[in-house]
Amino acid sequence: MANKKQTLVAMLGVTFGIAMFILMISFMVGVNQFMEDTMLSSTPDIHIYNDIKTDYSVSVAGDYFKNNPALVVVRHPKPKQVNLNIKNAQGIIADMHKDPDIVHISPFLSTQVFYNYGPVQINGYINGVNIAEESKIFDLASKMTVGKPEDLLSADKGIIMGRGLANKLDLGVGDMVTLTTPQGTSMSFRVVGLFAIGIGTIDDTRSYVNLANVQQLLGKDRSYITDINIKLTNNKLARDKAAELLKKYNYKSDDWETANSSVLAGNIVRDVLTYVVSITLLVVAGFGIYNIMNMTIQNKMKDIAILKAQGFAGGDIVKIFLGQALFIGFFGAIMGEMLGFVLAYSLSRVPFPHNDFIALKFFPVAFNPAHYIFGLVFGVITPFIAGLMPSMKASRIDPVAILRG
Amino acid sequence: MDAALKVENLNKYFHEPEDFHVLQDISFSVGKGEFVPIIGKSGSGKSTLLYLLSTLDTDYTGEIRINNDLVTGKSQNDLARFRNRNIGFVFQFHFLLPEFTALENVMLPALKLGRLSQEEIRQKALDILKQLQMEAFAQKLSSKLSGGQQQRVAIARALINDPAIIMADEPTGNLDSVNTGLVFDIFKDLSHHKGITILTVTHDLDFAKGADRVIEMIDGKISAEHA
Ligand SMILES: Nc1ncnc2c1ncn2[C@@H]1O[C@H](COP(=O)(O)OP(=O)(O)O)[C@@H](O)[C@H]1O
Ligand SMILES: [Mg+2]
Repeated sequence: MANKKQTLVAMLGVTFGIAMFILMISFMVGVNQFMEDTMLSSTPDIHIYNDIKTDYSVSVAGDYFKNNPALVVVRHPKPKQVNLNIKNAQGIIADMHKDPDIVHISPFLSTQVFYNYGPVQINGYINGVNIAEESKIFDLASKMTVGKPEDLLSADKGIIMGRGLANKLDLGVGDMVTLTTPQGTSMSFRVVGLFAIGIGTIDDTRSYVNLANVQQLLGKDRSYITDINIKLTNNKLARDKAAELLKKYNYKSDDWETANSSVLAGNIVRDVLTYVVSITLLVVAGFGIYNIMNMTIQNKMKDIAILKAQGFAGGDIVKIFLGQALFIGFFGAIMGEMLGFVLAYSLSRVPFPHNDFIALKFFPVAFNPAHYIFGLVFGVITPFIAGLMPSMKASRIDPVAILRG
Repeated sequence: MDAALKVENLNKYFHEPEDFHVLQDISFSVGKGEFVPIIGKSGSGKSTLLYLLSTLDTDYTGEIRINNDLVTGKSQNDLARFRNRNIGFVFQFHFLLPEFTALENVMLPALKLGRLSQEEIRQKALDILKQLQMEAFAQKLSSKLSGGQQQRVAIARALINDPAIIMADEPTGNLDSVNTGLVFDIFKDLSHHKGITILTVTHDLDFAKGADRVIEMIDGKISAEHA
């Protein structure tokens, strides 16, 4: 019943609210997904390792003084010389293979090394891996900028190097590099490939070599490993599974969520922000509708009185006005979703500013039907609520007062 | 004679701006097919009475029966349905919905009643408009019609659900003498040939003279019923 211009203005309020919601949520979820993907490309679902024990309740001093009781205070205790490897790794791995939730297991041996670059030494680390297993966990094949993961197998003492690290060392495929361990042993490797997973701290410091080479470099036997990466059927299981594995094998087990809690906190902040902004926009649109409906009803008092005199009941009047609010909401929301989609799509085509540390070509945007359904539902509910009070008011208009003039 | 309308001891007060006994012990009845004008000075309470009779105003004491049906005490929703079915109302200021065509205005109460299909209602509305020589204007926006034309559309609207009674409040108050005569003839025809009871407030004494009977109101009371 409102005039066309007012209806259009009310509709545009909903349209912009929903369009902004779609744009923001698509972008925020896109960012979240990108963060999560990046995170998951560097963090296994579960990482098992032998943590340095910081439990000093038992001291060698106890052994020493055990025959003449005395109060002995040990200040600043240090850990004893231990091997940070996982004992009985083969048994644990064989046991984990029986777990139906675990799809891939990659044991590896990680150690700190110096990359010799002329007289300069660059600090970093190498992971001695079974490259086939490790690839399955991180999809290394898609992260390779030069070469293939399997090249490591065919080369004698090959090394796959982070791209940032290779740039610093000015190395390319086919070049030799000498690594030195903190214990002083050293070994030369030939670069067979480069990778970039998009996280500077990894691409600038990590390399992969065959597990046997690292065991040899460290002078350890063929069963010596320090870490196990695990991929699950579903990464949502990680938290519980990690706790279970810790209990079972008594080695530290980090799930990806715990390891990346700061990133996940960022995701939650973005989600909340999106909903707060979108809901604010819709509430503003709701007030706009409320105003326009009130104005309409003010202008339509006479018509309402006529309808009532003809035998239309209060409920019929509510239906008419709420119908209008729903009309505004439905078409406003549909237009908003189209506008939002166009904006989100445009954003997804905007090149992301070039950056060595972030592997992004375009702005990350997610297209999820659930967002559109939510937008539509909210776009219809908001005007409905906004229109409810004015409609009830209209239904209570006393026709006699109006018809008397 | 069967009473189309029977009222007993109607009393109504206004409390604003001050207590005012606007209708005082009003009792009368109107038979089926009667054409009864209500006359009286401005401010004597004619409109107030008509709003009570038309069930729009329920703030009164006494009893109102329409077609032997006690309307006093019915719920608002029941009253709305009752009005829709049994009462046709014609106002002084035509009171059509300006954004709808003449035809749509006439159809509206029947659409609400929902007894006939939309097409049947349309046909019926066109027939009634034709009887009132308004068929040529059926598709015009009601706001684009002249005063006399609008009033005939309003009468057509009042007729669409075959009401037992039509109530009108100064239906010719805004019309020239030609149109006044036209409305008068229509009312007479409706009551004498279609058996519809007509109760109409009027200042027009010619209008009143041709009637079966006249109710005169003075200061909230019925002073005379000229037979
Ligand atoms: N809503 C109201 N509140 C108070 N007084 C009213 C109201 N409506 C009408 N009146 C008074 O009631 C009296 C009768 O009014 P009305 O029925 O309109 O008279 P009529 O139609 O005969 O001219 C008048 O004195 C008028 O001022
Ligand atoms: Mg009056």
